[in-house]
This record gives sequence, C-alpha cells and structure tokens, in this order.
Amino acid sequence: MGPGIEPGMTDPAMTDPAPSATTVNTGASGADTSFPVPGPHAQPRRLGVYVCHCGGNIADFVDVEKVAAEIRKDPDVVVAKTAMFTCSDASQQEIIRDVAENQLDGIVVASCSPKLHTFTFREVARRAGLSPYQYTQVNIREQCSWAHTDDCTGATLKALRLVKAGVGRTRLTVPLEPIVVETVPKAVVIGGGIAGLRAALALADIGLAVFLVEKETELGGWVGKFKELYPKGRSGRALIQELVEKVRSHPGITVFLGAEVTGKSGSFGNYEVAIRVDQTTGETVTVQAGAIIVATGFEAYPMKPGELGYGLEGVLTLPEFKELLEGQETNTPLVYRGRRVETIAYLYCVGSRQDPSAVEDAHEYCSRYCCTAAAHTAVQVARRPGGVHQFHLHRDVRTYGKYELLYGEALETKSVYLKVPDDEPPVVQPDPERGGLLVTARDLLADGETVEIPVDLVVLVTGMVPRANEELTRALKLPVSKSGFYNEIHPKLRPVETVVDGVYICGTCQQPMSSSEAVASALAAVTQAAAILKRGFAELDPLVAIVDPEACTWCGECAEVCPYGAPQQAEQDGKTVAVIDKTTCKGCGGCVPVCPRRAIDLEGYTDAQIKAMIDGLAEELGWEDSVPEEVMV
Amino acid sequence: MSTIGGASTPKILVFSTHNISDPGIDLAGSAHLHYSPTVMVISLPCTSGIRPEWIVYAIQKGFDGVFVATDGEECAYLPNCAELTSEVVTRAQTMLQERGLEPQRVKMAAVCSVCADPFVNHMREFAESLAPLGPSRKVAA
Ligand SMILES: Cc1cc2nc3c(=O)[nH]c(=O)nc-3n(C[C@H](O)[C@H](O)[C@H](O)COP(=O)(O)OP(=O)(O)OC[C@H]3O[C@@H](n4cnc5c(N)ncnc54)[C@H](O)[C@@H]3O)c2cc1C
Ligand code: SF4
Repeated sequence: MGPGIEPGMTDPAMTDPAPSATTVNTGASGADTSFPVPGPHAQPRRLGVYVCHCGGNIADFVDVEKVAAEIRKDPDVVVAKTAMFTCSDASQQEIIRDVAENQLDGIVVASCSPKLHTFTFREVARRAGLSPYQYTQVNIREQCSWAHTDDCTGATLKALRLVKAGVGRTRLTVPLEPIVVETVPKAVVIGGGIAGLRAALALADIGLAVFLVEKETELGGWVGKFKELYPKGRSGRALIQELVEKVRSHPGITVFLGAEVTGKSGSFGNYEVAIRVDQTTGETVTVQAGAIIVATGFEAYPMKPGELGYGLEGVLTLPEFKELLEGQETNTPLVYRGRRVETIAYLYCVGSRQDPSAVEDAHEYCSRYCCTAAAHTAVQVARRPGGVHQFHLHRDVRTYGKYELLYGEALETKSVYLKVPDDEPPVVQPDPERGGLLVTARDLLADGETVEIPVDLVVLVTGMVPRANEELTRALKLPVSKSGFYNEIHPKLRPVETVVDGVYICGTCQQPMSSSEAVASALAAVTQAAAILKRGFAELDPLVAIVDPEACTWCGECAEVCPYGAPQQAEQDGKTVAVIDKTTCKGCGGCVPVCPRRAIDLEGYTDAQIKAMIDGLAEELGWEDSVPEEVMV
Repeated sequence: MSTIGGASTPKILVFSTHNISDPGIDLAGSAHLHYSPTVMVISLPCTSGIRPEWIVYAIQKGFDGVFVATDGEECAYLPNCAELTSEVVTRAQTMLQERGLEPQRVKMAAVCSVCADPFVNHMREFAESLAPLGPSRKVAA
C-alpha cells in the first residue's frame, strides 16, 4: 500500500466522480431532493456482438468462434455471432433483423479499423431503429490480427479483451442523435488566387451564392503574374483573365476587392461573416454564409539582407528573376541592367528545409514547387537566343511525378546540376577579378570537390512561406500547423476540412502546392461545402462535452482552456454554472481533465465508459492455455 | 508461444487519438509489424482529454504501463495540446507516486499518422523500461 492511500480510504481513481449523470432531481420538496439512482449500467442491456472473419484477415490469426462464444457469456449480450464479412449487405441485413427479433438496444462490431466502417455501421444502427451512437466499433484487424500474425494465442486473447471493452462501453451508451443544423445556401471564399477563383466559380455554378473576398485591389494571386506556367506552358495571365471574366459576369458571385474578413459570429450552418470593405474608412458589411472556404495562398520566402549574398548586384530571388525574364521579349538574349547574361547559378532550397538547430524559426518543410519551377525557368532561359550557361546547386532534385520531364528537359538544354551538402550552403561573393559574382560550393557529385563558378546572376530559389494573416486566423479560429500553414483535420483522410465546422481550407494557405494541386484542393473543398449547403442541413456528432450542473461551481477553468469558446457561463436554477454550446464544441475533451470538480464528461467517452473499457482490457481470462497455436479456419 | 501469460511481457495500455496517432498504430498492423499483443489501445479524440485518474485506474487494474500517444504539434483541436497532455501525465505521475507506484509507468510521446515503425519501437523500448519494475499488481492488489 502506498503512502498516500490508507487502507479503507476511497481512492478517487477507483470510484465514480462527484455524482453526475446518475443523479436526478425530483423537484418534489425544496431543499435536499437529489438522490442517486442506478446509473444506466445497472439496467440490463440487450446487446448484439458481431465478430468478423474478414475472409481470413482476422480469422486466420484470431479464433473468432472462441471470441464470440466467450462474449456470449456476458449477461447483457443477447446475440453474439461471427460473420465472414460483417460489412457485406447480407450481414448488415442480418444485424437489422437481429435487432428487431431480439429487441437489441446496442451493437458491437469487432472487425477492421473504425476509420473504414464507422459510418457504415452507424447507418446500420439507424436503419435498425437504434441511435447511431449505440454502436461501438472494435478494431481487431489493424490493431490485432495483422499486428500479431506471429502469435495466434495472444491475438485471440487480445481480441476478446478488446471486444469486452467494446461491450463495456456500449453497455453505458445512451441514445444520442446527431445535432442537426440548418445551412444557408451561401458561401464566403477568402482569397482570389487561382484556388479561390476556381472555388467561387464551382460553387456558383451549382447554384450557391458566393461572396469572394480579396485583400488586394485585383484578383489573380501569384498565377496572374506569370506569363508561362509549367507543366503545359499555358499563360498564367490569360488563365486568370479568363477566370476573372467568368467570375465578374456570374450573377451568383459578389466580389469584394481590397477587403478582408474581420470576424465570424453565429453558429455552424449560419455564420455571420464581417467583411471590412474599405480599408481607409473601415466600413464593414456582414453577410450570412453556411460555409467558408479559405484560399489565402502563400508568400515567397523573404530574404534577409546579406543572406546568400542577397543585396549584391545580380542576386535575385526566383520570383524577381521570373519577372525580369518574362518582362523581356522572348526572341532577344537575356539582359540584366544593360548587360548580356551569360552564366546563371540557381541556389536551391532557400528558406526551405532549414535545420532548426542552425536557423531561428526554421522552415523545416520542403516547398515542393521550387525544384520544378527552377527547372522550368532554366528551360525558358535556354529557349532564348544567346546561349546561357546554367548551374543548379541543389540538395536533392524533387521534380516529382510528371514534373520529372521538366528536369529531363533542363538537362537536355545543357543545365548542369551540382549537389551541395545539406549543411554547407554555397557562398556568394562579388568577383573582384572579373566583376560579376563568384559562387563557391562543394559538389558531392564530383567527390566533394570545391568548385568556384563565376556567374553574372545568382537566382535564389526561394520557398513558400505562410502569409501573415493573424487577423483572419483569429477571426475564424483556424488551426495553424507547426510550419505556420493552416491545418486540415487529416492530410489524407480529411484533407480540406478543419476542426471548425463549415470552414474549409484549400490551395497554398494549407501547404506548398503547384497551381494544379491548388485547384484540385479547391474543388475538393467545394465538394465538401456543397454537400452540406445543397442539402440544407448538416449533422454534427453529438459526442460533445456535457456539464453536470450539480457538480459545477463555475470556476471558469473549462472556458479558459477551450479556444473555441464552447463553455459559457450561465445561470441555472439560481446557480452559476458552465454550459457547453453543442454546436461550437469540437468534442476534443480538453476541458475534461482541467475541471477541478470533475463535472465535465465527453459524450461517448465518459468517465464510466473509459473505466469500463479499461476493465475489459485488463480482465484476467484464465483460459490462456486452451487456444490452439495455429487457428485453422 | 509464451509471450502471453508469462509475467515477462508487460501489459501496456495505449491512449491514442482518432485522427493522428491511431492511424499510425493502424499502419503498424497493416504493415504486419509485430509488437506484443499485451499492448492494447483506447482511442480518443484528443489526448488532452485524458483524465489522470484513468491512467492510475489502468495501472491499478493490472496494466504495467500506460503510453500516451499524442499528436504532438499536429493536433487539429488545440494549439497547446502537447502542453495540456503533459500536464495530464505529470498529474498522473504524482497520483501514482502517492499510491506507491512508479511514475515511470506512464510515458508520453508523439506518434504521427504514418509513424508505424516509431510506434513499434516505442512499444519495445517502453516494455524494456517497464520490465525491471516488475508487474504493477504487486502494490495495488
Ligand atoms: C516563382 C514562382 C513560379 C511558379 N511557377 C508555377 C508554374 O509554372 N506552374 C504552377 O503550377 N505553379 C507555379 N507556382 C506556384 C503557384 O504560384 C501556386 O501554386 C499558386 O499561386 C497557388 O494559388 P493560391 O490561390 O493557393 O494562392 P495565391 O496565388 O497566393 O493567391 C492567394 C490570394 O489570396 C489573397 N489573400 C491573402 N490573404 C488574404 C486575406 N486575409 N483576405 C483576402 N484575401 C487574401 C492574396 O492577395 C491572393 O490574391 C509558382 C510559384 C512561384 C513563386
Ligand atoms: S522543391 Fe526542391 S528546392 Fe524546393 S525546398 Fe524542396 S528540394 Fe528544395
């Protein structure tokens, strides 16, 4: 026995918190009217458990019949079956039939990862007449059979424990329903670069009203500056001009130029978005919107004076060089300050892939576009008369996918590639003998030898950095990643959604992208937004924080920790307590452990449910030796 | 097969997150990377929602260690997620100490959505560090 807990003392970790959902107020006779009643777990439940073979994916390593047979011993488990493929239509029908025939009031499916079929089985529960939240998914494939293909006994025991935990959790479920919110069929698109323009048009084309907000006095973003775009050589300016004309003439789109979003109020489905339309007078208009698409783009890495010779005559960033190059007739030799350009050195990864131990506020990520943009630029240079020697001092060549062709083209047009060490950037100095510049670097492709290259121009291949948009970030409560770009929920599974419902991100405000990638993500954001706006309503998970007003004494800790402002002070029965706004709460549970009164629970993950799950997982099973080593199916 | 039942393999409870670390743990399985089946996972929306009591409860119920697989900087909900989670862990460690249990039984580390190998390594290293402590039950029950 430890020093802190004496025999006979109740350990708070082992007991229920201050009486919570299990307390009711009869309201009968004034003062002391609340008394504990049996919690939901005291009532017998009628659960159905389905253990999946997944062909052989699970059953080759887990004795699924044994698991089903063991769980059937639980008094609350009325049906326990195995199925070859639980997600098949036939098995779904069977579950629905079982619910009806046995009056089941909860379902546990032990099969694959919840990422795959949570929605499938929530829908099955709904079709069976249950609440979608009275079903629990238990992952016995990715986190059991596949991870323990070397240990069938261990896998079977673990599967049973996981199923027991799932049953324990489901036993304590209450019939929650999704929170339904109406959505107004209007959207605000912030940023009028290629991503924002395409998003606005796509939304308007399917009949939604769009407010397009651009900070600058013209639309188009970066792409509008470029004469020629990789990979197809299309004119960026022409492309943007075409889009801007369509946007301008579209009756469904209202454009605000020189405007910025300064605030968002209201709640999901019907946000009120404040737009400052006049930067001098500060005049603001407010529009209603069911969805907001953020497409605020990137900035070029800002060079520090002196960094890699920046400030010396002839040292330009890639955007500066592009402007120079595209500003001159293509049938003339390249000229810089009245002199023919004969040699160029491109220095790669400037402001990207920085080492945090060497640089303050390092940009550790790869900017992705720049290897390709530099190769493309070199090809543009090589096409002109005059013959320019071009040297590429790179760390790696990341012209991924089809952009590899451009790298090939650069090599064919006599660009020379030198690989420099990651931690030894080239040195740029004025060349005292010849005039011009001298670039010194080690070339790892030539045995690490030091080379000196006299050049006329140095092009710093600068990366993409996030725009300084603090006001917008604050107004929309947008999550920002470590790199400073806006953060999606999941880069692969939910790539344009943010945790703020109805607010989507796309294009280069999210991460470095080429323009076609920015457009692809813009259209993905449109699809997500349209899905809720065209239907007229959206459903939110009811798995949000709930406060027990009996236990709460409003100390404000929960409000302090929640960046979304979901917990609010309220008067209830003459008492100041916290209430959680259901549509604002993101269901992360961050407020749960900070409440000193243990008055907050997260629906679906309540204190009682987590403890019940731990009980299931920790259970001694006592038949460890009775499972055959090789489970044959 | 003696990996289970034999007291030598510590029982580890992992708290993961739906969006980031749980997919990483899934990926370990999809790649058939092996770790001990005495490792079991409860997935939550965010690790800053863990009550320290749950960690203590798990140890008292027979888990030898609790591993909190956080989102690190990647958390989509809370900018200070790592800080809040480490506060939870610290509180749990204090509570364990008060009960005569070793604070080393709780560990926290970031596991990303493709961190399959790192997760398996974490499990091996954590199990190795728990082994000298012996089973947690010696104190609790
Ligand atoms: C030198 C260089 C060459 C390139 N060459 C190519 C190429 O050849 N091919 C290719 O595919 N890609 C190329 N790219 C990449 C391309 O520029 C980007 O992929 C593209 O611009 C991304 O579009 P976007 O709409 O996401 O962002 P942006 O073009 O940055 O547009 C964002 C818009 O949002 C506005 N905005 C910002 N903040 C706010 C706010 N708070 N409120 C309202 N509006 C706001 C900005 O003013 C801007 O108009 C190149 C990039 C560079 C730097
Ligand atoms: S794309 Fe190329 S130049 Fe740009 S950061 Fe990545 S590796 Fe460096």
